[in-house]
Amino acid sequence: MADINSYTINFGPQHPAAHGVLRLVLEMDGETVVRADPHVGLLHRATEKLAESKPFNQTIGYMDRLDYMSMMCNEHAYVRAIENLLGIEPPLRAQYIRTMFDEVTRLANHLLWIGACGLDLGAMTLFLYAFRERESIFDVWEATTGARMHASYYRPGGVYRDLPERMPVHKESPWTKGKDLKRKNEWREGSVLDFIEAFIKDFPSKVDDYETLLTNNRIWKQRNVGIGVVSPERALQLGFSGPMLRGSGIEWDLRKKNPYAMYPEMDFDIPVGVNGDCYDRYLVRVEEMRQSARIIQQCVDWLRANPGHVMSKNFKVIPPTREEMKDDMEALIHHFKLFTEGYCVPEGETYAAVEAPKGEFGCYLVSDGANKPFRAHFRAPGFAHLSSMDEMAKGHMLADVVAIISTMDIVFGEVDR
Amino acid sequence: MGTPALAAALKARLGEDIKLSSAPGQMLTLEVAPTHWVETARILRDDSSLAFEQMTDLCGLDYLGYGRDEWETDDATREGFSRGIDSLGPGRFRWRELPESESAEQRFAVVVHLLSFRHNWRLRLRVFAEDEGFPMVPSLVEIWNSANWYEREAFDLLGIVFEGHPDLRRILTDYGFTGHPFRKDFPLIGNVTVRYDEEKRRVVYEPVEIEPRVLVPRVIRDDSRYKADDIDQAAEEAADRDAASTE
Repeated sequence: MADINSYTINFGPQHPAAHGVLRLVLEMDGETVVRADPHVGLLHRATEKLAESKPFNQTIGYMDRLDYMSMMCNEHAYVRAIENLLGIEPPLRAQYIRTMFDEVTRLANHLLWIGACGLDLGAMTLFLYAFRERESIFDVWEATTGARMHASYYRPGGVYRDLPERMPVHKESPWTKGKDLKRKNEWREGSVLDFIEAFIKDFPSKVDDYETLLTNNRIWKQRNVGIGVVSPERALQLGFSGPMLRGSGIEWDLRKKNPYAMYPEMDFDIPVGVNGDCYDRYLVRVEEMRQSARIIQQCVDWLRANPGHVMSKNFKVIPPTREEMKDDMEALIHHFKLFTEGYCVPEGETYAAVEAPKGEFGCYLVSDGANKPFRAHFRAPGFAHLSSMDEMAKGHMLADVVAIISTMDIVFGEVDR
Repeated sequence: MGTPALAAALKARLGEDIKLSSAPGQMLTLEVAPTHWVETARILRDDSSLAFEQMTDLCGLDYLGYGRDEWETDDATREGFSRGIDSLGPGRFRWRELPESESAEQRFAVVVHLLSFRHNWRLRLRVFAEDEGFPMVPSLVEIWNSANWYEREAFDLLGIVFEGHPDLRRILTDYGFTGHPFRKDFPLIGNVTVRYDEEKRRVVYEPVEIEPRVLVPRVIRDDSRYKADDIDQAAEEAADRDAASTE
């Protein structure tokens, strides 16, 4: 039998380590990758085209379904783009709530990432730990927005509603009772803010647990150190952003450099890597979780002390409340117009970007003065990261491809849009 | 952010007669001719007074039907909702039933967003493709490698051809897809549906059956709040605010 050294393998689109529907065509020389050609688009839903066919507000729900690991950050970019064009400002309390939920979203995203990345590289325990913490975050979302994942909570001019005064408690059931029930309801005595604070106070110790499992773990280091190295120059050329860019040693974070919402008021640090390999990106993300906890704590303190509106009072854009509609004809008319036709946005174009957990999530909106966007384009960080797959994987072993996919923190909702 | 300084730097390097535009508080936009596209991009990247190291985003635009609404809003008619159904929006027709479309003067454009890490500046570039039938723009992959997939996307979705691109394949649509779905004369309902056929025991493609319909017509209302005078005033206020914040 002749030796066959060079062959092509098909990785995905239904592969557990492909993080969704990535189809990767790999040209191999033995165990070594010669060329990687990612085929994307298997989850393409034409979100941008759909956005062009709907009034502005109806697209907010689609934002959650782009990067479905960092829902609220996507909404934030889109909502900010509309606010830019309309020239409206959300009230201060809404800005703090947005800042807080952006960071909560970052925790949810990084928790999934650390779990999935661990799972891909053989550290199964971590996945279960990370999902335990994510559960608390989803409970907060459910209590605040009514939805566990796809919140559509941010609106042009503020957020949909204020944080509830009560956190729902677990009821007694044959499976949860006695001591178990008491433990599960321990943080749920007070308001949603109390719950978030209890969670955040406890969270750094959870991150310590993750680090105990991974940071100095020999196998973890063998799988990550020196894998997928990207130099700072190449990171800029390839359009990297977020932890991928910071892992390569470039100190760049939109929360510091182009601050939005209440980030200028926040005290936090930006972790930066040195070597630009998978391990440095891991360290950056872990440290980001700790910093997010700091930001959330500052927001909680402010929100406790400062009650107020969470929606702007511009009734040409923001619908009136149900109570107002019940006894005010003008409010009823505004409500009817806003929900049948929407609001017209002045002609112009804008680009609004936020530091989403995966990198710079941007929204480019072109309006021709109508009640629907003329063109909406979403700059997804994962799209730029995945396009560097060939360069990052070249020369590595097949098993390292999995580590590289994990380190990119790919979600196909945003790559394919 | 840094807009006057950036405008001055651009004018100093590229000449006074460049096409720069900006709305108050928005990013600067530089319009470039296709013949100068690559050359300008190279200057923007390499000149240390500009130093746009990264291309964050590139997307195509189809300006067909820009500024057209689907509903007469100036005065009421007796026809009610049916006022809105005879227009050209992509939600309203089927594949190959395209209504006679008027041609836009400059239909296809490519928009690029640049970021300078050194100066913390952002800049938007726009280039209009000359030929509407076969829109072609030089590729920027050589200048910014991140353009690779973005240009493939613009080619796939809008049919804009990038001259000099090393690997201009479709990227987001299905294998064997026909047409360019983000063009304004491509129907929103698409052209084919996919289902599993029990008898043939495989996936089959069929023409779409759903009725095209639009729930909310596209409306443009003249809003006195956004009239030119007000915008000028808003610009002055924004300038005052900027001045106050820098002090």
